[in-house]
Amino acid sequence: MARILSILVGLFFTVALAWSFGLGFYTWATEPAAETAEHEFHRHPKEVHFASDGAFGKFDKQQLQRGFQVYKEVCSACHSLSHVAFRDLEQLGYSEGQVKAIAAGFQVPGTDQTTGEANSRPGMPTDYFPKPFANDIAARAANNNAVPPDLSLMTKARHDGPAYVYSLLTGYQAQPAELLKKFPDAKTPSGLHYNPYFANLNLAMAPPLTGEGQVEYGAGNPRPTVDQMAKDVSAFLIWTAEPKLEKRKQTGLAVCLFLLFATVLGYMSYRNIWAGKKH
Amino acid sequence: MSFPWANEYKPNHPFMQWMDEKLPIPRLVYNAVGAGYPVPRNLNYFWNFGFLALICLTIQIVTGIVMAMHYAANTAVAFDTIEQTVRDVNWGWAMRYAHANGASAFFVVIYIHIFRGLYYGSYKAPREMVWLLGVVIFLLMMATAFMGYVLPWGQMSFWGAKVITGLFGAIPFVGEPLQQWLLGGFAPDNAALNRFFSLHYLLPFVIVGVVVLHIWALHIPGSSNPTGVEVKSESDTVPFYPYFIAKDGWAVGAFALLFSIAVFYFPNALGHPDNYIPANPMSTPAHIVPEWYFWPFYAILRAFTQDFFIIPAKLMGVLAMFGAILVWFFLPWLDRSPVRSSNYRPAYKKFFWFGLIPTMAVLFYCGGAPAEEPYVMLSQLAALYYFAHFLIVLPVVSAIEKPLPLPYSITESVLGHDEGSHLRPAHGATEAVHPETAPGHTA
Repeated sequence: MARILSILVGLFFTVALAWSFGLGFYTWATEPAAETAEHEFHRHPKEVHFASDGAFGKFDKQQLQRGFQVYKEVCSACHSLSHVAFRDLEQLGYSEGQVKAIAAGFQVPGTDQTTGEANSRPGMPTDYFPKPFANDIAARAANNNAVPPDLSLMTKARHDGPAYVYSLLTGYQAQPAELLKKFPDAKTPSGLHYNPYFANLNLAMAPPLTGEGQVEYGAGNPRPTVDQMAKDVSAFLIWTAEPKLEKRKQTGLAVCLFLLFATVLGYMSYRNIWAGKKH
Repeated sequence: MSFPWANEYKPNHPFMQWMDEKLPIPRLVYNAVGAGYPVPRNLNYFWNFGFLALICLTIQIVTGIVMAMHYAANTAVAFDTIEQTVRDVNWGWAMRYAHANGASAFFVVIYIHIFRGLYYGSYKAPREMVWLLGVVIFLLMMATAFMGYVLPWGQMSFWGAKVITGLFGAIPFVGEPLQQWLLGGFAPDNAALNRFFSLHYLLPFVIVGVVVLHIWALHIPGSSNPTGVEVKSESDTVPFYPYFIAKDGWAVGAFALLFSIAVFYFPNALGHPDNYIPANPMSTPAHIVPEWYFWPFYAILRAFTQDFFIIPAKLMGVLAMFGAILVWFFLPWLDRSPVRSSNYRPAYKKFFWFGLIPTMAVLFYCGGAPAEEPYVMLSQLAALYYFAHFLIVLPVVSAIEKPLPLPYSITESVLGHDEGSHLRPAHGATEAVHPETAPGHTA
């Protein structure tokens, strides 16, 4: 009885699935899915390496400072960095005084101490990076109806994040003629910009890094080419997304070595205890 | 209960004697995981995963309690409090990554543990209750993991919650009010987040309770073993301490090493990048996928693309998704084969390795893939076999299969001979689940 019941229930599900499969297969065989421009022209991020890669990776602080400079002078006009405080910048190798000076260079929301009205004041190390727009509506109004995303976690919020940021910044190009020939309706709308590394190919952000020397790196640094600036700001955003990366990898090494030792000891005592006991 | 030859706890120190009279916890430990618990000597490494599961549960509770100290279940700040924990709390990053990856590790261990039970027929008499409680633990784990994933209030948290709670809406008549009642609103919002946090904190302790029952039920017949032949004599067993403590001990070391490599070097490999984007009810992610450990069941849910007579496709999917786990409750009665271990079941073994295992692999893969062809068709075929395997193949094969001869005893399977083997019954194969030979009846 239990067996008959079970076979009946089994048939209920398998027949329903076979029905779904049959109709799905028929549709798939008779109406091939339409190809899309996104599917054909979207590209995976370029290959790019950073000092922080790998099990022993460490931040290149000089590069992070350059990346911070790019963020400050270019990206911060539209993008917030809300999870990072000025005090965190000491991790990039800035002194306490330098951090104070950097913070003071930003205006943050404050309160007038005599009237209690909202105003703005120079930032302090304990403040977080201020947002460039008062709210999302203001951000949309200023950016062709797109809200520039917060950058603090950007390199963890996209597949292959650091390479994605680098590829996107260096990937702007004219829409390929081949694409327009094949998908005439997929022309990049006015106000958007073609970039094959962006999921739907057309991006509201205009190319932010426009040419060599847009940011002036101090002496002893590489030439500020678009490629170099893109790499540097990507490295900086690896740090903003994962400030504890170095500590994590260093701790990991100690933990894993200890566990390896403990496991070997454990294995040896296991062998010792079971010696002579066939199992 | 235990086997008659089990070591007895004999406290020497006066304090331990006093303790043994008043509250015999040392005796309980001795009999549960000490020298007083005889265990089949032939257990292979698949039998380490129960202990590892207990380690995982402990990791989750400890790291989870610390995370909860820094978390606020409020949609306005939930995402930020997690980031603050990671950035500004001492070792907060380690707690967070250990907790997130600990969930994955727990499921890896549990899936292997379940696989062990399926292959070696651990669910059969006299261990049905152990199995049933195990399925309850698995369901509680899924609920806990699902609600835990909602707490960071990222994009996948929100949209995952929306999709999964939306499933209740498929239930006829009561679905929609039920869904609103569960969520405390029309969509996942502060009320839902807050109650998910409350339940996410509660359920692990419910799991602890069921685990106690699971281990209790296990200690009545004792552990199963790879031959599926019940323990017959003292030479079949070794005491849990020191033998299996040593074996579990080094397995825990190996597990902790692999786990640490994931936590310290690939902490985000199993997570979805979208969950580093704060929840935004106005923006739907391109592909909504749950965490990897739900993929097989998510694939089954999405496999039903057509209405089946009067049953809408969505309801079929929901029934099948829950049915896919509920069917495990009936396994002890669907599988009538007297032989436990698939090693001695030539026909079922083929269905297991060439049917169920590839099916699970396909379901895992397709559940994480976008809902496009060919993934939908593949998951339909795999889901079809999944139900056929448990509800049709298993009962039929177990009725008609001729099993291989079983060894007389565990000792014989290990040493090649057993002095008691002249007592071998004429049909060795039918002996395995014979109730009279189960130790519960001899002691």
